[in-house]
Amino acid sequence: MARVAMRSLNKKYDEVHAVIDVNLDIRDKEFVVLVGPSGCGKTTTLRMVAGLESITSGHISIDEKIVNELPPMDRDIAMVFQNYALYPHMSVYDNMAFGLKMRKFDKPEIAKRVQEAAEILGIEQLLKRKPRQLSGGQRQRVALGRAIVRHPQVFLFDEPLSNLDAKLRVQMRVELKKLHERLGTTAIYVTHDQVEAMTLGDRVVVMRDGRVQQVGDPMELYNEPANRFVAGFIGSPAMNFAAVRIAGQNGGLWAESEGMRIQVPEPMQKRLQSYAGKDATFGIRPEDLHIATAADPKELTFDAVVEVVERLGSEILLDVLVGTTTMVASVEPTAKAKVHEQLRLAVNPERVHFFDNETEAAI
Amino acid sequence: MIEGAHWRRWVFFYVPVTGFVVALLFPFYWMIITTIRPDKELYRPWNAVNYNPFWTTHPTLEHIHDLLTETLFSTWMLNTMLISLAATAISLFCGLLAGYALSRLKFPFAGTIGTGIFITYLVPQTLLFIPLSDIIRNFKLGDSPWALILTYPTFLIPFCTWLLMGYFKSIPKELEECARIDGAPRWKAMLYIIFPVAIPGILSAGIFAFTLSWNEFIYALVFLSSPEQKTVPVGVTSELVRGDVFYWGELMAGALLGSIPVAFVYSFFVEYYVSGITGSVKG
Repeated sequence: MARVAMRSLNKKYDEVHAVIDVNLDIRDKEFVVLVGPSGCGKTTTLRMVAGLESITSGHISIDEKIVNELPPMDRDIAMVFQNYALYPHMSVYDNMAFGLKMRKFDKPEIAKRVQEAAEILGIEQLLKRKPRQLSGGQRQRVALGRAIVRHPQVFLFDEPLSNLDAKLRVQMRVELKKLHERLGTTAIYVTHDQVEAMTLGDRVVVMRDGRVQQVGDPMELYNEPANRFVAGFIGSPAMNFAAVRIAGQNGGLWAESEGMRIQVPEPMQKRLQSYAGKDATFGIRPEDLHIATAADPKELTFDAVVEVVERLGSEILLDVLVGTTTMVASVEPTAKAKVHEQLRLAVNPERVHFFDNETEAAI
Repeated sequence: MIEGAHWRRWVFFYVPVTGFVVALLFPFYWMIITTIRPDKELYRPWNAVNYNPFWTTHPTLEHIHDLLTETLFSTWMLNTMLISLAATAISLFCGLLAGYALSRLKFPFAGTIGTGIFITYLVPQTLLFIPLSDIIRNFKLGDSPWALILTYPTFLIPFCTWLLMGYFKSIPKELEECARIDGAPRWKAMLYIIFPVAIPGILSAGIFAFTLSWNEFIYALVFLSSPEQKTVPVGVTSELVRGDVFYWGELMAGALLGSIPVAFVYSFFVEYYVSGITGSVKG
C-alpha cells in the first residue's frame, strides 16, 4: 500500500550538487537504510521525501502518487529527528497528541491512540511530564511515539539514535527493529553508522557524494561490494586494501606487491584476465585472513610483521605490516602472536576481492 | 562565582559587586530621600548646622501629596501607560511577524532587509524628530496620544524585530519542521510551537519596548504641547521646573512614582527576561 519511489532525483544548492540522479524503489513494509559518510546526500534525500526540501529535478512518489509539490502535512508521513525535536512547552501526552489534534481527530480517539502508542513504547508513566524532565532514551521513545500515533504510511528516521550513548543505542536499535516488525510500516532510515545500517535494514543504500553506490540486502553488500568505497565502508574493522600488479605466470594469474605474492583464486582468473600486466587493488576482510597452517597452500600465504595486538576477547585483531602496507587480521582468540614477531598469514581464497584502480568498481 | 582562596573571592567578587550595587542604587536612594525630605531641610545651605544630605529626621509625604493634587501627574501617568502599551503592542506584533519571516522564510534579499532594519534603528531620534514632526503636522496628529503611538514604533519595531530574529534563530528548525509534518500549516506551527517556545524572547522584547517608550523624551517633548496630554518624563520636567525654580521634592516624587511601573514589570519577568537575552531553548 505504501511504496516509495524516487526517479532521477536531483538536488542542487547554489554551488553544491547534493543529490545526483537517485533512483530507488522502496517496497511496501520495507525497512530501507540510507547510509554514507556525512555530506553524502542521504539526509537531503530523506528531507526531499518529507517535503522539507524542494526537489531540483526528478520526482518522488508515495503510494503511486507523485508528491513533489505536496506540503509535508499532506504526504502522510512521520519523521523522527536526530535531536528529537520534542515541543518543549508541551507534556509528553500533548507532544504525541499534537499531530492528531492538527488533523482534527476527536478526543477519545486521540486518547486511545496515545495510550496505545505509550504502551507499545513503555512510556505510560511519563505522559504528564515535560520533555526536559526526560532522559535521552525516554525522549527518543516519545519522539517515536509521536510518529506512530498517526499511523502514517511511511516513517522517516534521520539519525535517530546518534544522540544516545553506545549502550542505549544498541538497545534502541533492537527495539526499533521489533517495532518495525510489529507495525510493518514502510520506513526510510538515515544513518552514518554502518552497523546500524546492517542490523536494521531489509535493504541498505550506500551513498557517496550524492550518488547511490550500491543497493542491496546487508549480506549482499558485505559479500559482494560493488566498488572499493562500499567494500571499505561496510564491515568493521574495514577491509584491507593493497595496491597490486597482476602478473601472468605458468598459466595462472598472480597478484604481486612488495612483500606479498599470492595466486588469484580460480573463479576470479577469468575476470582478471584483461588486467594481466596492469595494476589493480586487492581487498581482503580482516576476518578472511588467518595464521597459516600446514594445510594452507603456499600460493595463498604471505609474510607479515605484527605491529599491534588488540585482544577483544572473542577475537584478536593483529595490525600487521605486509611489505609497506598495513593490514588488520582478525584471528582466533587462542592465537599466540607477539609484537614485532614475523608470521605467515593465509587468505581465504573464496573471499578475495579485486577492484579496478580507475573506476574503483569491483572486478 | 570565582573559585579559589578566600581573599581572592573578596577582592575579585564581593568588593566590585558591592561597588556596582552602591553606584547603581544610590540615585534611587537619593530620589527617595529627596521625596520624603521636608522643604525646610531641602533648601538649606551645605554649611548650615546639622546639615545632613543623606538622612532626614522628619520624613513627610507632602511632596507626593502636592504632586498628585497640584499637578496633572495622574493624567500623565495614564497617558504614558496608554501610549507605552499601545506602542509596545503594535511594535511587538510587527516585530514578531517580521522577525519570524527574516529568520525562517527564504526570500530574496532577506539578509539585506534584516541589516536595513537594523540600520534604521541606528538613526538617532534627535535627527529623526524633525521630518517626523512634519509628518505629524500633515496628518494633524499633533498634541494627541496618536502622535506618539504611531512614532514610537519607528524605533521599537526595528528593535523588536532584531531581538526576536535572534531569538527565533536559536530555536531548532526541526521543531517547526516536525510540526509541519505533524499536520500544521506554517501559521499554526508558528502560533502553537514557535511563539510559545519563544515566550522569553517575546517578553524581553516587550519589556524593552515598554521601557523605551515609557522613558522616551524627545518625541514626547516635541509632539505634545498641552499639559493634559503630556507623558511623565516631559510633564515632570516641564511643569515642575518653572524658569530657574526647581521643585525638587515634587520632581523626585514624580521620578520615583514614574519608575514604579517599570521596576514592577522588570521584577515580575526577570527570569524570562534573563533567559530571553541569553537565549537558550532546549528541545
